[in-house]
Amino acid sequence: MAQHTRTRAVYDLLSSMRFAISLLTVLAVASVVGTVLKQAEPYTNYISQFGPFWFPVFETLGLYDVYHAAWFLAILGFLVLSTSLCIYRNGPGMLREMRNFREQATERSLRHIQNRAEYEFAAPPEGVLRRATAYLANQGFRFRTVQRGEDTLVAAKAGSYHRTGYLLTHCGIVVICVGGLLDGNVPLKLRQITGQLVLETRDVPQSQVPPQSRLSPSNPSFRGNVNIPEGTSASVVFQNVADGYLVQDLPFTIALKKFHIDHYSTGQPRDFASDIVVLDHETGERYERTIRVNHPFIHRGIAIYQASFADGGTRMQLKGWPLLSPKVTPFDVAGAVNQATRITSGDTEISVELSDFRPFNIEDLSANTESSRIEVASVSKKVLAQLGSGAADLSKKDLRNVGPSFQYRLRDSQGQAKEFSNYMLPLQLEGSWYLMSGVRSTPNEGFRFLRLPLDPDGRLDGHMQLRAVMLDDKAWPEIGRRFAHNAVSGSTVPTEMRERLAESAEKVLQLFAVRGFESVGQFIEKGIPQAEQEKAADVYVKVLEGAALEALQLARERAKLPPAPFDPQTLRFVRDTLTSVSDSFAYGAPVYLQLVQYEEVKASGLQLTRAPGQDIVYGGSLMLVLGIFAMLYIRERRIWLLVKPAQGKMLLAMATNRQTLENEREFERHKAALAETVKG
Amino acid sequence: MELAQTLPQQQSWLRRLSWFDWAYAVALLAGAVVALKLYGAYMDGYEQAILVGTALSVAGLGWHWKAVRVLMIVLVAVSLWSISLYQGDLARAEQVFFLKYMISSQTAIMWMCFLYAMSGVAYWAGLLFRADGLARAGTGFAWSATAMGFIGLLVRWYESYLIGTDVGHIPISNLYEVFVLFCVTTALLYLYYEGRYATRRLGAFVLLIILAAVWFILWYTFDRGAHEIQPLVPALQSWWMKIHVPTNFVGYGAFSIAAMVGIAYLLADKGLLKRVLPSAELMDDVMYKCIAIGFVFFTIATILGAMWAAEAWGGYWSWDPKETWALIVWLNYAAWLHMRLIKGLRGPILAWWAIVGLLLTTFAFIGVNMFLSGLHSYGSL
Ligand code: HEM
Repeated sequence: MAQHTRTRAVYDLLSSMRFAISLLTVLAVASVVGTVLKQAEPYTNYISQFGPFWFPVFETLGLYDVYHAAWFLAILGFLVLSTSLCIYRNGPGMLREMRNFREQATERSLRHIQNRAEYEFAAPPEGVLRRATAYLANQGFRFRTVQRGEDTLVAAKAGSYHRTGYLLTHCGIVVICVGGLLDGNVPLKLRQITGQLVLETRDVPQSQVPPQSRLSPSNPSFRGNVNIPEGTSASVVFQNVADGYLVQDLPFTIALKKFHIDHYSTGQPRDFASDIVVLDHETGERYERTIRVNHPFIHRGIAIYQASFADGGTRMQLKGWPLLSPKVTPFDVAGAVNQATRITSGDTEISVELSDFRPFNIEDLSANTESSRIEVASVSKKVLAQLGSGAADLSKKDLRNVGPSFQYRLRDSQGQAKEFSNYMLPLQLEGSWYLMSGVRSTPNEGFRFLRLPLDPDGRLDGHMQLRAVMLDDKAWPEIGRRFAHNAVSGSTVPTEMRERLAESAEKVLQLFAVRGFESVGQFIEKGIPQAEQEKAADVYVKVLEGAALEALQLARERAKLPPAPFDPQTLRFVRDTLTSVSDSFAYGAPVYLQLVQYEEVKASGLQLTRAPGQDIVYGGSLMLVLGIFAMLYIRERRIWLLVKPAQGKMLLAMATNRQTLENEREFERHKAALAETVKG
Repeated sequence: MELAQTLPQQQSWLRRLSWFDWAYAVALLAGAVVALKLYGAYMDGYEQAILVGTALSVAGLGWHWKAVRVLMIVLVAVSLWSISLYQGDLARAEQVFFLKYMISSQTAIMWMCFLYAMSGVAYWAGLLFRADGLARAGTGFAWSATAMGFIGLLVRWYESYLIGTDVGHIPISNLYEVFVLFCVTTALLYLYYEGRYATRRLGAFVLLIILAAVWFILWYTFDRGAHEIQPLVPALQSWWMKIHVPTNFVGYGAFSIAAMVGIAYLLADKGLLKRVLPSAELMDDVMYKCIAIGFVFFTIATILGAMWAAEAWGGYWSWDPKETWALIVWLNYAAWLHMRLIKGLRGPILAWWAIVGLLLTTFAFIGVNMFLSGLHSYGSL
């Protein structure tokens, strides 16, 4: 007996609305967690975010994949259970209510209804009854008439379909949840728990992934991704789970012929499309299709979507230029995206990991010059400037394709990496041409750019030759000598003064070779009284520039070139080189990699899904929508008329399952109308 | 047949339509047919269906709410006029007086902003001084602002095709455009309830949220230059956008009105403005009506979103932050409706709850784009 009541209490709780509302609240709060914390990231990101103490705690709580955590699925399960019980409990009653006219209502119960009225009539009761029922029928009511002795009860109702709303919405929710769970990963989880499935965590070719980490083509529901480089094919997709992955074998092979990106004139992408060939393993049939975003191809219930794109291993010829050594000659490097090569710089080995290649880059070149000039406009001017069409004023922008770029990481022997992004083509800035190389230490920083000025022939060699001489300590005495000689011409100058000049030029070069302008500045700050620092700095820069001009000529001699003319262009080139060398100390790499040639290979990122629950979910959604309409917009109304010929009285009562203003108004309307019917 | 003489007869809905109603509907359908003849070749079957469906729904809406007929006539006339002034040349937006100062898209939207501001001022003056004339002016301004907003969007749609046939698209694709959409749908919904409940007193409150959106539009225009028409990213090039986004914004608009009425309700409950505001019962009913209609539209929008996601991203539900927040908003209002309809809860708690609901909705609408990353990232600020 006690057992029975306890079961009953649990049933009451589970099927109660209070419980359902609590579940909905918990579900909402739990869902928030997953939106605040980025889901399904590589586990290393979480470790660095939370530290070694909290990481395992959060992992146990399943916070890295909340929506597939056991406790979250349990909430959903309870929601299904609770809603089903609720339907089981209320549904039959609802259906009965729908059909029921409640013709057993007594006069007493009618008198308890709030909306009621009483009429007196003198006309023949049959006429009253006929007119009243005709009126109700006209108003869309269905009714039954019951004889109670002398009295007649008319029991009418309208909008009964309101009740189907309850059934449809709540069944809809159950159906949606069931469909969703079908497509979810519960079966996978179970197989993982029982050890039938083991996550693969190694980075190995898929053919080496053992069977216990593979899913067969008959797996009813999955969602996985694969990157296919052009000219290759795949017959598996990868499903990421926690910190590992599973390999899903497909019943067909997908070959990528070509991946296309179309662009608008503004450089934004307009279309991503893949020309694929699907080869069915069983029937051997071939399907040639082009899939694009929003236009998948569905084969054997598996939908193939265009999801992303990447580089598929573009092959590159690079030239490596030593930046901080007196060596001039570049060395060749060959590589491909997603591969690592090693280069040696001095006595250290550096690993170069080529990570990306972009065939072109559209940049707004007006941005860096325009933004500094802020115009002060009156309010009316500002408003007037915004009137007109919504088309962008392209004259304000300077969109240009600045050509290919590639990215790579350099990793030193300690494993420290910096990321670089170099443009292949030079960029014209303030009238001169530069090769640009961006650098950053972490992926969430922006790139800071090193500018390498081109020589008058439009090549990098001149700059690199000058750089090498400037950093060559054996060349400094000669530079100093020439500087002193040319700085003060004429034979009357005392040798002592020339020597002092040569010495200071050498000193500046020596300082500059340590950390560029920074070490020169430090030297001035330390050694010279504050009042004279500014003047001294001026002098040092002049000496440095003079020495660099001499270094340029020396470098050209070494390269067997005629001397450079002394003109503003040469001066600018020398100054740019000084800046560039000085910045190189903070560049973070001893080499600059110049892209010489490339052969592009793109890869298309496809997502493949099989979701047998999808149609179930859509069906449930339809039920939900219809149900909500019925529940909110069909008003159930009941009217009783008790005609009592003996007293010449008619009692009107109207009930609804909702108290709303409409119902009040409707009652007033019927009350007034029925007053007419009794007049006869 | 005595009944017909003495009793109010419930005529069937169709019989109550006037010749004007019919002419209106025929004109709309004729317009749709002409559009199909001219441009049908550039549309796929879904888009053609959406076009016809829109004509039918606008006809039905006009039959149900007569004021819409006038609005539609104004929108069609002015938009066609604007298009004819363009003569296919965008540069004429700067040269033709009426385009530059009245009915090019950006100008029309600026007029919309101005007229909503006037409407807000008039409604508030009408409320505080109990001047019905002023409140009526508020209604007039709100209607004209709404018309201007719609005209701005329609002309913008046309302008986008002038930029380039591949750029052209319905102007509901970024945060700027949907804020304009938000203003007009919210205002239109409010005007409907204003007519139905014969009260202009709530306009002052509803205009507050519209003006907040107007403020955002102005900031976004002047500070960020976000009003410029941008081409569509590939994920948005789908007919789903045409039904998913507007449906969503009916939902957002309705929830916003409910919250603003909730504020009025709470003020009256505290005795503030009690004598000028409508009865608590009426405000409660408006609040319910708005949440009900909002809930219906929001449910449909979320389902449409899921179906679109299935086609664009390969999964109908990815627990993307935007999806998840839509679910949270939906659960919240489901709970609200349960408490009111089943538990019979009334009064300040529901009003507070409606306001909290708007906070959740606002977060789902813009907060997610600003603070959380996900697949919906194209809506970012
Ligand atoms: C989130 C999804 C849900 C929605 C949208 C929803 C919607 C509704 C609505 C609008 C009503 C009013 C029906 C009426 O009286 O006319 C209702 C009634 C009700 N709901 Fe839900 N419901 C949901 C989930 C649940 C769950 C999970 C339960 C399970 C316990 C539940 C229990 C009830 C009960 C007991 C009623 C009262 C029915 C009646 O007597 O009229 N609801 N629901």
